[in-house]
Amino acid sequence: MSSRTSRRVGPLAGRPGAAPALDIDSLIDDPGTRIIVCTGSGGVGKTTTSAALALRAAERGRKVVVLTIDPARRLAQSMGIEALDNTPRPVPGVRGEGHLDAMMLDMKRTFDEVVESQASPEKAAQILANPFYQVLSSSFAGTQEYMAMEKLGQLHQEARRSGEWDLIVVDTPPSRSALDFLDAPERLSSFLDGRFIRVMLAPAKGPAKLMSAGLGVVTNALTKILGAHVLRDMQAFVAAFDTLFGGFRQRAQKTFALLQAPGTAFVVIAAPEPDALREAAFFVERLAGEKMPLAGLVVNRVSRVAVEGLSGEQAQAAAERLEKSGTNAVTAGLLRLHADRTRIVARESHLQRRFAAAHPHVPTAVIPALSTDVHDLDGLRRVGELLAG
Amino acid sequence: MAATRENETDWDDVLLHVVTGKGGTGKTTVAAGLALALASRGKTVLLCEVEGRQGIAQLFDVPPLPYEETRIASGPDDGGDLYALAIDPESALLEYLAMYYRLGRAGKALDRFGVIDFATTIAPGVRDVLLTGKVYEAAYRNKRGKNHRTYDAIVLDAPPTGRIAQFLNVNSELAGLAKVGPIRTQADAIMTLLRSPRTAVHLTTVLEDMPVQETIDGITELRADDLPVGGIVVNLVRSKELDDVAREQAIGGELPREQIEKDLDRVGIDPDPALVDGLVAEAREHAERRALEEEQRERIDAIDVPTYELPRLPSGVDLGGLYELAADLCEQGMA
Repeated sequence: MSSRTSRRVGPLAGRPGAAPALDIDSLIDDPGTRIIVCTGSGGVGKTTTSAALALRAAERGRKVVVLTIDPARRLAQSMGIEALDNTPRPVPGVRGEGHLDAMMLDMKRTFDEVVESQASPEKAAQILANPFYQVLSSSFAGTQEYMAMEKLGQLHQEARRSGEWDLIVVDTPPSRSALDFLDAPERLSSFLDGRFIRVMLAPAKGPAKLMSAGLGVVTNALTKILGAHVLRDMQAFVAAFDTLFGGFRQRAQKTFALLQAPGTAFVVIAAPEPDALREAAFFVERLAGEKMPLAGLVVNRVSRVAVEGLSGEQAQAAAERLEKSGTNAVTAGLLRLHADRTRIVARESHLQRRFAAAHPHVPTAVIPALSTDVHDLDGLRRVGELLAG
Repeated sequence: MAATRENETDWDDVLLHVVTGKGGTGKTTVAAGLALALASRGKTVLLCEVEGRQGIAQLFDVPPLPYEETRIASGPDDGGDLYALAIDPESALLEYLAMYYRLGRAGKALDRFGVIDFATTIAPGVRDVLLTGKVYEAAYRNKRGKNHRTYDAIVLDAPPTGRIAQFLNVNSELAGLAKVGPIRTQADAIMTLLRSPRTAVHLTTVLEDMPVQETIDGITELRADDLPVGGIVVNLVRSKELDDVAREQAIGGELPREQIEKDLDRVGIDPDPALVDGLVAEAREHAERRALEEEQRERIDAIDVPTYELPRLPSGVDLGGLYELAADLCEQGMA
């Protein structure tokens, strides 16, 4: 909800117009570009766009790894991999000098690995078995975003160490708000550092003097509602997790700094729909506020008309006249399709122009809607070509 | 005020309509459309959202909804009222504590210590018990015989398909946590309603691979948990201007060009070759898309549940569009 209450940032007066073009090829050809983060609200084709971008970069000579979050089966298959998992695997069939590895984020696995790498085997096992940890690692709102960042940090380190990749393309989780990606790590770490956690830790650590009157009310209430053993589970979890808190916060801060570094570029993806473009606007403004580098906006699945010089109204009227005269329905059908399509195009371009008026400096690329699904590398290539304009 | 006609719709006996769907399929739009459709039958309907998105307020163009049932639409003359409520777990927990434990002061203390935050974000299942619990309270308020408003139907704009079974199955989520105690009792009562024929879980989808797959998976999960599957609402369906033959011709490049030129000429449009090419190209794209949609449609038909269709409105969904969608659902017998 934070997105709804933030103030607007941008020129306060301006006319709707065309946005400058986003030059995707110079972005991916620039050896200084090390990380590309593709972001946007859910259902706008983020994962496909990230994969297409990564493939194009690889075929133009980069050594690329793409981190996808939740790819459709067909998309994973299009990269020649039946089931993507938490380890980067080479994508077969990539042309040219570069290469492409693809992987899919397994958030629970990633979280488990962090715990295992940070705690003693005994303590790690204790944490992994705790019911509270299981919720935290599998369904806590924001864990996926946090783990995507964690994985990005790991890939970045790995890339620097081994030189295996010189470009990391990251897809972001399908949150309802693109801002969640930036907010989640802070939310998780402030939660782990929260006051309640401290309070819970106090009795586990011993000194009964910390048990203030207020705390007594709290524990009594909790025991009454949840039962005493729940409280014990909570304390066990918090105590076991305690040593990890510092590490978590530090890691999150490091990755956040990585996102601000030169070499990182954000590509914001939207569909030509009011909700998606509103999210894109919030995100663009937020990036500016965080001093994070924005490469531009990609508007995905944009409708086009193939007929010049025949307005929707004309087509509609002609279709009605044809239908009245009762001839073959095909021509009337074609005219109605065209009328519908002009209406859709008009609405979409209106929305895009409005976005451009409020954010005139955001370079924009447009991907026309395809009539078929992407199901192989050629399909991804085609999206990449459209993306490059 | 029950519906005036008997067995007029597919869900006459349902009190609680849960609407889910993958992100981007128009779940909130469908929930709102269904709520309006039910209200148009003269019912008093409550539309709830639980994800803190304020999607209802945006759709109905009203100020952000508080944690309080607010009337957002009513029908002419005798009937039909639509109330809306945005449920957040923090408010629900404080209300719950005040209502059942008279924990006014302790509730505030809990908040100060960050307990509310902890309980509503991480304690397994507690968040979902609170959200569904508030819906349950609205549904069964009348049974407690107090002087409260009662509803003929409640529509819940629920979490997405990927999470719906987990969300509704508050029992199993809690199993690892509270085996006894008041929260557990509350969860059991909720489950009785959710598993009964008074509840229906409807799934929204569009005719694309991934949303359809999620719908199929979602139904399997719901059934495995004994949760009552309602209908499938296929949203954003493309217009059906061309029949099967014409679409096949369009894909094969065999549309009757001469006929088209003659027809265009007859209604005063110059059948310039570029214009005819364009129309034919648009028809081809449309037919290709429709062919993909047909494949998905067959997968949906293979699932044995009632199916409803809502059109893709070329000008987008505004309040007027929403009323149209509600009428479509009424006509198809969903409400």
